Amino acid sequence: MDTATLTEEVAAKTIPIYIMGKRYEVPETLTIMKAMEHSGYQYIRGCGCRGGICGACATVYRKAGDYKIYTGLACQTVVEPEMYLTQIPFYPANRASYDFESAKPTAETIYELYPELFRCVACNSCTKVCPMDVEVLDYISALKRGDITAAAEISFDCIQCGLCASRCMGEMAQYHMAQVARRIQGGKIAPKAEHLEKMCGDIDAGTFTDVLEAAKVMTEDELKKVYTEREMEPHMGADEWAPASNHGLA
Amino acid sequence: MKLGYYPGCTLKTKAANLEKAAMASLDHLGVEYKELSRWNCCGAVFSLTDDDLIHQVAPVRNLIRAAQEGCDTVVTICSQCYNTLARANKLVRDDEEKRDTLNRFMDEEPDYNGEVEVVHYLSLLRDQVGWEKLREAVTNPLDGLKVAPFYGCTLVRPEEVAIDAVDQEILEGFIAALGADPAAFSAARECCGSYQMIAHPEEGMNRAAKVIGAANRSEADALILSCPMCEYNLGTRQGDVVAAHDGLSQVPTYYFTQLLGVALGLDPELCRLDLNGPAAQELFVDKNFIAAATV
Amino acid sequence: MASIPSPIHPENLKAVNKIAELSGQNVHECMQCGTCSAVCPMVESMGFTTRMGIHYLQFGEIEPVIKAQIGEYCASCHTCVVRCPRGIDVPKVFEAVRQLVLRTNTDLIKPQEIPKDTMAEAPQIAFVSTFRKLTS
Repeated sequence: MDTATLTEEVAAKTIPIYIMGKRYEVPETLTIMKAMEHSGYQYIRGCGCRGGICGACATVYRKAGDYKIYTGLACQTVVEPEMYLTQIPFYPANRASYDFESAKPTAETIYELYPELFRCVACNSCTKVCPMDVEVLDYISALKRGDITAAAEISFDCIQCGLCASRCMGEMAQYHMAQVARRIQGGKIAPKAEHLEKMCGDIDAGTFTDVLEAAKVMTEDELKKVYTEREMEPHMGADEWAPASNHGLA
Repeated sequence: MKLGYYPGCTLKTKAANLEKAAMASLDHLGVEYKELSRWNCCGAVFSLTDDDLIHQVAPVRNLIRAAQEGCDTVVTICSQCYNTLARANKLVRDDEEKRDTLNRFMDEEPDYNGEVEVVHYLSLLRDQVGWEKLREAVTNPLDGLKVAPFYGCTLVRPEEVAIDAVDQEILEGFIAALGADPAAFSAARECCGSYQMIAHPEEGMNRAAKVIGAANRSEADALILSCPMCEYNLGTRQGDVVAAHDGLSQVPTYYFTQLLGVALGLDPELCRLDLNGPAAQELFVDKNFIAAATV
Repeated sequence: MASIPSPIHPENLKAVNKIAELSGQNVHECMQCGTCSAVCPMVESMGFTTRMGIHYLQFGEIEPVIKAQIGEYCASCHTCVVRCPRGIDVPKVFEAVRQLVLRTNTDLIKPQEIPKDTMAEAPQIAFVSTFRKLTS
């Protein structure tokens, strides 16, 4: 354990926290995840990227003397004195099966897959609990009024942690509905990136074959040289900057 | 009056034929309004249990949004939304304890104390524009169109939110101002079956059949509706209803706002008559209210 | 003052009071005129009429009213309340009966069983109102 090697001068001050009802003294600078591991818990579930983006480590906690429910990601949230916490590794959520290819690009697809969407009572418990500050009620409202694009945009930051579903009075799994909306938006509504398609076509047509073959036989130093000497967009470049040469980019 | 417009879930997609002509008509008549930029579903039905407050949250939250956007009045077209918002508003205004609890629960929103007035589109037309001014603005009078005015339930009951009393006949006044002829229609204020069409389809269709039957007996050319639930039961499902009940004949249905749009001479395509089925357009072409059926 | 023996069993009195608490209505004010049944658009689908339903409730007999599915077939049209000569808020009374069932975490209809083409075709208010009235 780290703290065993720290001298008193450099050891962080410890604070009491309660993990699933049991009291522990943990260094105050640790995140919930680190604090639990410091206390002897080993994560085999409810832990993932440790970087705040995978949604695996959703945590619900309260503070002493405070009725409110707080949430956060265990890997991102720093411990507080008298924090009462518990981890939610996975909250059961209804997830419908569907064939994306044949799904209509309208909200009706979601109505058919998730009729419980209409059980929303606008209590806003979902929004209050979201660790990513997504306006969950706003995207559910958008879905109810048929606006897939707005729902996709509003739910963009969702990391599928499931906390919204855990608090929902209508027993919905909001994040699954939003994912369908984002898939439909990206795959069927948003205009295709034509330049991407063209680029892939150029690659298949062999435009870059010579460049790639040459790079394959370069030494590390030669590669570094080519890389560092490449033409780059200036760090504080003007909006109208364009590369001098397209190197085969049409 | 700083007027906000609350669309509700249905008007943006399924009931585009109710909304588009409505808002274009307001513009045409010079009534200023601002569509609320942020709103949620109002819940469609007013919760009737005294201890239940969670189902009041949805409509009250919308009134908070209206207040946040500087509106002192909010107009809505969907009958169910009107009823729910108006009754929730009254609850908040009348019951201090419930108002306090709601405000405490919605601690992420500013407090609401009943500052916003809720009106229905028809009341707005009657009170802000008036039937005389409306009649003057009509360039394409619907002469010779005999219309069965269907109020449904939620615009006229309970009395605390009714947009008119039975003897005031707001819809008949509206229809007459457009140059059309309101028929004597026994089922005008009866129920279309409402959500029973979803919950118990056979019983829902039985109810709808009674309304269609009354419309047939009134010898009206058309049945006018004001609510997307009524339009679904009496319009979209009319084919099923007529097929399942002897002695009924089909009658075209329109939203009152579509009549308004056509009578004011607005672009028929805007009125989305195409969403009402072919018979609706054919009737208007026959009567020379529109030049040709829109796609 | 001598007390009048009540024909209502104490257990049933509790039930009457529960209905009163949820609805704010006193079912004993009903004089059984039958107007509510006469105007009810869904009465033919119910096991017995709304008038009979109120009569049962006056005796605290809630189970028969639940079995008659009065609350389930009610369309919340509110014609009964505007016609009731005693001004009883009948929709609230039957909403209370409905809630007594719903609050046991029992759905009166199943959203998953609604045909898919209905889900795609009907207006959103149809589902919002159905689920608010008939699911828990």
